[in-house]
Amino acid sequence: MAFRPIIAIGFFLAAGISAAVAADVRVKLLHVEQNPQASAFLKEVARRYAAEHPGASIDIQYLENESYKKKMTTLLQSPDRPNIIYSWGGGVLREQVKAGVIEDLSSAMTGVWRERFSPAAIQAYTLNGKVYGVPMQVSQVGFFYNRDLFAKAGVDAASIKTWDDLLAAVKKLKSAGVTPIIAGGGDKWPIHFYWTHLAIRNGGKSAFEAALRSEGEGFAAVPFVKAGEQLKQLVDLDPFQPGFLGATFPQSSGQFGDGKGAMVLQGNFMLNSMRANSADKKGIPDEKLGWFPFPTTAGGKGDASDTLGGLNGWLVTKGSPIQAVDFLKFFSNPEFQREAAARGFYIPVAKGTQDAITNPILRGIAANIERSRYHQIFYDQMLGPSVGAVVNDVSADIAAKVITPKEAARAVQQAWQLAN
Amino acid sequence: MNGKLAVVLLFLPPALLLFTLFVALPMGEAAWYSIFNWNGYGTPENFVGLKNYELLFQDRAFRTALVNNLLIIAVSLAIQLPLALAMAILLADRFRGAAMFRMIFFVPYILAEVAAGLIWRFVYDGDYGLVAKIATILGFAAPYVLADRDLAMHAILVVIVWKYFGFHMMIYIAGLQQIDPNLYEAAHIDGATGRQVLWRVTLPLLRPTIMLSVFFAVLGSIQFFDLIMPLTKGGPSDSTQTIVTYLYTYGVTRMRIGFGSAVGVVLFVICVAFAFGYNRIKMRDE
Repeated sequence: MAFRPIIAIGFFLAAGISAAVAADVRVKLLHVEQNPQASAFLKEVARRYAAEHPGASIDIQYLENESYKKKMTTLLQSPDRPNIIYSWGGGVLREQVKAGVIEDLSSAMTGVWRERFSPAAIQAYTLNGKVYGVPMQVSQVGFFYNRDLFAKAGVDAASIKTWDDLLAAVKKLKSAGVTPIIAGGGDKWPIHFYWTHLAIRNGGKSAFEAALRSEGEGFAAVPFVKAGEQLKQLVDLDPFQPGFLGATFPQSSGQFGDGKGAMVLQGNFMLNSMRANSADKKGIPDEKLGWFPFPTTAGGKGDASDTLGGLNGWLVTKGSPIQAVDFLKFFSNPEFQREAAARGFYIPVAKGTQDAITNPILRGIAANIERSRYHQIFYDQMLGPSVGAVVNDVSADIAAKVITPKEAARAVQQAWQLAN
Repeated sequence: MNGKLAVVLLFLPPALLLFTLFVALPMGEAAWYSIFNWNGYGTPENFVGLKNYELLFQDRAFRTALVNNLLIIAVSLAIQLPLALAMAILLADRFRGAAMFRMIFFVPYILAEVAAGLIWRFVYDGDYGLVAKIATILGFAAPYVLADRDLAMHAILVVIVWKYFGFHMMIYIAGLQQIDPNLYEAAHIDGATGRQVLWRVTLPLLRPTIMLSVFFAVLGSIQFFDLIMPLTKGGPSDSTQTIVTYLYTYGVTRMRIGFGSAVGVVLFVICVAFAFGYNRIKMRDE
């Protein structure tokens, strides 16, 4: 092994030279979209904006999901930060706003622009009465399944209503020689969908809010411990593909697309990832792909219509040119959002766009979210980076059979106490 | 005397400035941050005393990281360096093909760590990888090496030896070429056996080189990071964490800069203790 001294002088020299003077305004946008068609669409919107606004250009940059999240803290404090960034809302947004690096959009987002969104969507990006982001897309977590493999094992997806039904389906698939579930355990968050969705089914909105207020045992309370126990029931059946603990999310989406397993619990963005990572770059065709919502649990207080997912949007960083805000206004107009919906890139939040969705699964998900009275944002985003990561850790650890459900719930509660 | 003073005045300030700027100052800052609960935004305000250190030493993952670092040191010293030395002795003589072999063994060291990590991720892949293919040909079930808590660290150790032994081999070759050939001739005339030549001539004269390469190997092992990220990111369930991947995972990515700084301080203390301790041993022996 070698020991290499790091020479940092070069950075200093480089920093001095980079101050170029540009005649026109360049807005830098950073996104995480993996699907080439969807990011081509984003570039197309940027090109249209530049064409209609002489003197302004939008520079679109991509960063892989995990790297994006990890780089953001440092990036946002650098003078060279991007002007428009992608956001999951929740605790990370809270920290960023508290640090004063995000522009307040309250005065810009008024009138027609503001009315494009439902109050709930605006609310997700509102802190202390100020709007800090432009909501753009919603997602829901549920089970995608491969119709051929379900048919092969004689499993009827419509009959999977409860957690016990799911366990029975897993057993049936296994005995038919089919890998029941694909999971990207290496990235951990794909597993945390199980733990958190079980908790939502067990305890509903009230349990989560009580935990946030640190009432009673907080995240170590019964619904959360039970969620771990239920996940353990599943894990004990060995339902996942071999080596799932090392598989990343993109890898696992590709494996599902290649037909290596019957189900995957993911948000609808999995479809884009599946297309990008399958061996044939297409994955499972629409007619072979099914979807069913997360099953209910026995005695659970949550409503079957409660949803877990994301409400993602865009933020403008402090000190950005006015064109950054203007571009988001341009981008969120119904014309583009309807196109994104029609081409199946995502489910837009803007009103009057969802009827443009052609993909039946996305159409169903849009209706679910519309109906839902409790749309829980992903825990790992909602709880902030330090606590959220612990939720991911313990979920993956239960799947790896290294901790007990009680220890898992207690670890989350400890992290929550430590951070608040 | 005056001349010496001029030299000091001329050469000390740049080195002192760089050292202060890039070593002393950041270290002092890290020590300062480590007594706060701070997420990296703005200035640290929430003073917590030694709480970060307390949490650190209670954490099971950190203990795993320490053990893994010790394992890397052990493998570097017990397998990597002897292998490098054996290769160096074979390849130090000038014969046809020696240069080519030297190059082949040195190539892994030149490869970027992340690229090497990704290559090995493919090699270890349970579905399409080379290891899986070989296992199936031999009639075993394909192992998912990097997803297995018991195997993953061993798999990484293999990559470490593969990646860095070429570097140490080159150091040894340089050392071997400085040994006076007359000594070998004299040993030969006196009827020394191959083993005697190795133990009585080669190794004693190579001693300073070996001391240097041990120093590099141990310090590099303590700071080991970049191969692990593309291979396992410290997983599954923290089984392949090292001190630095632990720092990155639990400090940087979770926006716990205060806690991460505490890890950094511990790492610094370990490195400094080793460097000074090693130097003392070296001095005493010389």
